[in-house]
Amino acid sequence: MSKALLYDSTLCIGCKQCEQACATQNNLPYNDSIAGEEFQSAHKLTAVLTRNDKFMRRLCMHCADPACASVCPVGAFHKTKEGPVVYDVWKCIGCRYCMAACPFSQPKYEWGSLNPRVRKCIMCPDRIAAGQQTACAEICPTGATKFGERDDLVREAQDRLRQNPSNYLPRIYGLHEVGGTSILILASVKVEEFGYPASGKIGETPLPEYTGRVMERVPDFIPVWSLVLGGIYWISHRRAEVAAAEAEEKKNGGAR
Amino acid sequence: MKIKLTFWRVVFLVIMVLGLYSTYVRYLHGLGAVSNMTDQFPWGFWIGFDCLCGVMLAAGGFCMVGAVYLFNVESLHSVVKPAVLTAFLGYLLFIVGLLFDLGRPWFIWHQLIYMNPHSVMFEVGFCVMTYTTVLFFEFLPNVFERLKWKTAVKWIHTIYPILIVLGILLSTLHQSSLGSLYLIMPSKLHPFWYSPALPFFFFGSAVAVGLAMTIFESTQSAKALGRHLELSVLVRLGGALLVALWVNALLRFQDYFHRGLLRQILRPSYEAYFLWLELALSFVIPIALLSFKKVRLSPSGLYVGSVISLLGFITNRLNVSLIGFETYVGHHYMPKWTEFSVTLMIIALGFALFRVAVQYLPIFPKDDMVRVPAPARTAVLTGQPVFEHAGD
Repeated sequence: MSKALLYDSTLCIGCKQCEQACATQNNLPYNDSIAGEEFQSAHKLTAVLTRNDKFMRRLCMHCADPACASVCPVGAFHKTKEGPVVYDVWKCIGCRYCMAACPFSQPKYEWGSLNPRVRKCIMCPDRIAAGQQTACAEICPTGATKFGERDDLVREAQDRLRQNPSNYLPRIYGLHEVGGTSILILASVKVEEFGYPASGKIGETPLPEYTGRVMERVPDFIPVWSLVLGGIYWISHRRAEVAAAEAEEKKNGGAR
Repeated sequence: MKIKLTFWRVVFLVIMVLGLYSTYVRYLHGLGAVSNMTDQFPWGFWIGFDCLCGVMLAAGGFCMVGAVYLFNVESLHSVVKPAVLTAFLGYLLFIVGLLFDLGRPWFIWHQLIYMNPHSVMFEVGFCVMTYTTVLFFEFLPNVFERLKWKTAVKWIHTIYPILIVLGILLSTLHQSSLGSLYLIMPSKLHPFWYSPALPFFFFGSAVAVGLAMTIFESTQSAKALGRHLELSVLVRLGGALLVALWVNALLRFQDYFHRGLLRQILRPSYEAYFLWLELALSFVIPIALLSFKKVRLSPSGLYVGSVISLLGFITNRLNVSLIGFETYVGHHYMPKWTEFSVTLMIIALGFALFRVAVQYLPIFPKDDMVRVPAPARTAVLTGQPVFEHAGD
């Protein structure tokens, strides 16, 4: 079964304990100045942003069909069946295609390192494997970040929208975006204000399909194109041969 | 042996010293110190120029091999060897460029063992690897001829048909795939440059660039080596270039037409200025120039026409890879000087290697070089700028 996180920004009080728990979980430094950074980076995998007294968490969305996993030439990313999109650092060659391709611009880079890694939220796969919640969900004092089965969380989100329609904008961000994500967001304001891409812009088609349409043609294209090229080669050289033979014949004929 | 200090040798030296300094910064202080790339701009000038433009500019190899060996156009025979040499050096230097851009270049061989067939980057990497090998074999006869290894030359010639077909197949695949790289970014890349037809545009422009590049490099090396310029060859290439430019222009127009962008591309905007520059340089000006028979029959006219179109297609690649992302990211990206200097060093290396190769290997017909006296070349190419070590 696929796990997910439901983030209800109306319950969030901006305490940033999730940021701290995330840093601890991933062996990253955390202090007041890092807490003050209003953006994600290789050392801040999740960030609680504040705009006009509203809070919004940002983190990797763990897409059902992730662009990062599809573009990585060495397959350093993959979606586990439990839900997290994880990163195998030992495979990575550092091409940064994942960063360029991610519609949510989540993978961040260790630009200062001499053996840099891509960093992003990996949804605590070890904790999930051990039957625990993610670090951020466990620490959240208000239940704004809730861990569970994706299907259950979708139902719960729909219930909340139904019971308190005035509290929310009527949509679950992540339900259908780029084919669905394992992070579901409820909010009273537009998530776009916090840097999330507009639903209309990223669409509901899983991004790997855009390249898939071309890539799936390649195996058929190779034999066909080789045959065409070989055919052209044969014809044009055969022509030259024939022309040469004819010229020869003419010469012999001319001697008559 | 005394080495004379000419102007271009000094320029070369300066470029190399600055480049080596940047190399030091790159490998001892990291990508962050050497470049202006950020989390928002993970792909910078090295991807845009060294990779996209580099591979595009090396397209002359497969174009000329295709024309001469596949279609058996005998009259172009004299340009094949230099075109293959340029392509071979181009791909080698592309790999050198990758070693700068990759965050963990020491794991580049992972491409061979952790293959992800869904990744366009994997396809590009794999094609480039195999195609460089093919180019190496296509280039080998020069070495064998020089060493007078007759059986080896014969042996290569027996596998030549396979090399030719394989080389063109691989080129078709990766030239177009460089465009496919961007298909997965519909929400990030500006609609002026994001199109489902990107792979076709990249392949089509590679063919045009292959022709333009062959004109450029033939003229350039004729000048540098004091060779006689074969006008009939250039004229044929120029005619083909004109057709290729028309086809490319038509494809682009149809794309904008079907996506309903014709009105938008005419409206002034930041992106529109760059698009206009691109379209003017790659299509409008060279097509206008080459449409005159007088221009198409003069070496300098052909040279200017192809250089302008080359600049246009370079602008196109930079627009796709850099300018097209600025609105999404919300700020501009300007490469650091160290990024430029690494690129310049790689280009300078390319010119130097080309020079050395044509000096020691039978790339150009030998008698040609002896026969032509110095004044002849100045007569052919008067009043043209010398670009020996400057930009491609």
